[in-house]
Amino acid sequence: MKITNPAKAGSLESSDIFIMVFPNEDGIEIELESIVIKQFGKRIRQVIEETLKELEVENVKLIAKDKGALDYTIKARVETAIRRAM
Amino acid sequence: MKLRRTMLFMPGNNPGMLQNAGILGADSVILDLEDAVSLDEKDAARVLVRNAISNLNFSGCEVVVRINSIKGDYGYDDINVIARVKPDAILVPKATEEDIEEIDEMLSIIEREEGFKLGSIKIIPLVETAIGLENIRETILASKRNIAVLLGAEDLTADMGIKRTREGEEIFYARNRVASICKAYKIDAIDTPFADVNDIEGLIEDTKRAKSIGMTGKTAINPRQIDYIHDVFSPSREEIEYARRVLAAKEVALKEGKGVFSLDGKMVDAPIIQRAETILHKAKLAGLIRE
Repeated sequence: MKITNPAKAGSLESSDIFIMVFPNEDGIEIELESIVIKQFGKRIRQVIEETLKELEVENVKLIAKDKGALDYTIKARVETAIRRAM
Repeated sequence: MKLRRTMLFMPGNNPGMLQNAGILGADSVILDLEDAVSLDEKDAARVLVRNAISNLNFSGCEVVVRINSIKGDYGYDDINVIARVKPDAILVPKATEEDIEEIDEMLSIIEREEGFKLGSIKIIPLVETAIGLENIRETILASKRNIAVLLGAEDLTADMGIKRTREGEEIFYARNRVASICKAYKIDAIDTPFADVNDIEGLIEDTKRAKSIGMTGKTAINPRQIDYIHDVFSPSREEIEYARRVLAAKEVALKEGKGVFSLDGKMVDAPIIQRAETILHKAKLAGLIRE
């Protein structure tokens, strides 16, 4: 999937994650902020990367602000943001 | 028989609430894609609810998804995405006979494609217009998937142009009609929610009123309402005790070769025995008795 315009999904409420995506020329770039970055930072990044791979996204700049979202929410918000950006 | 005393509405775009849905004690949860979700978040809620059903443990709680109307822009996408993760049932807003027939066909196609058992995804029509109320029989007969009808009094009274009150006199006819027809077709009649979550006394009275005319369960809009509704719809200790005595007396009468017998000076016949059996079955499902 090719990202053609900036888009966002999710919220800054507890248990949610706010995702912003932008077109990018140089592969996948992820900026992550999380209230649980020390404990789960690696895992959140991994879930985001896996979701992008499933959606066949190769070039995107993604900014994530996490408020303690579980995997199912991270996947849902990334997918929604990507679909909105197409 | 599945207990459906409470059906708790949960907003479909709220991850924190979705992930707690199964542990709040309701018999069913309704993950809402319709009124609880703003127009610009319909796509996000649909994906979130799909993922929630695929990944979360709802602790044996029945999972129902309220889709958007198939007459609008979102209903078909809702069914196409949600049915593929096999919710227990789809709640159809402002349901008509035609809507139910069409949704039944869509679900059959998806069940075949996904390898699900045909007819395994159930349907619950939501009656919330005057025409929906009057055509309820046809709507129920439109699909064998129908397991209950849910009465939505807020929209119904808006459609009728009448005021919704705490006492609910204005929906007396609607409740009776839904309860009677559901009983005739052996499906559940689920009552409209009680809107004031701080008025517990009003909730209890409203639930008792609904139960007294044959509604079998009630929707909840706040987890705090669940226990109060369960108390009303679960058999009381006295009812359980009386039911046990009826069945014990029946055994004695059978041994003595009597068809009709009396208990506490009152005649006991088939309907009373049947009611006693239903009470004990419900009590067992509710975990109030073991046998």
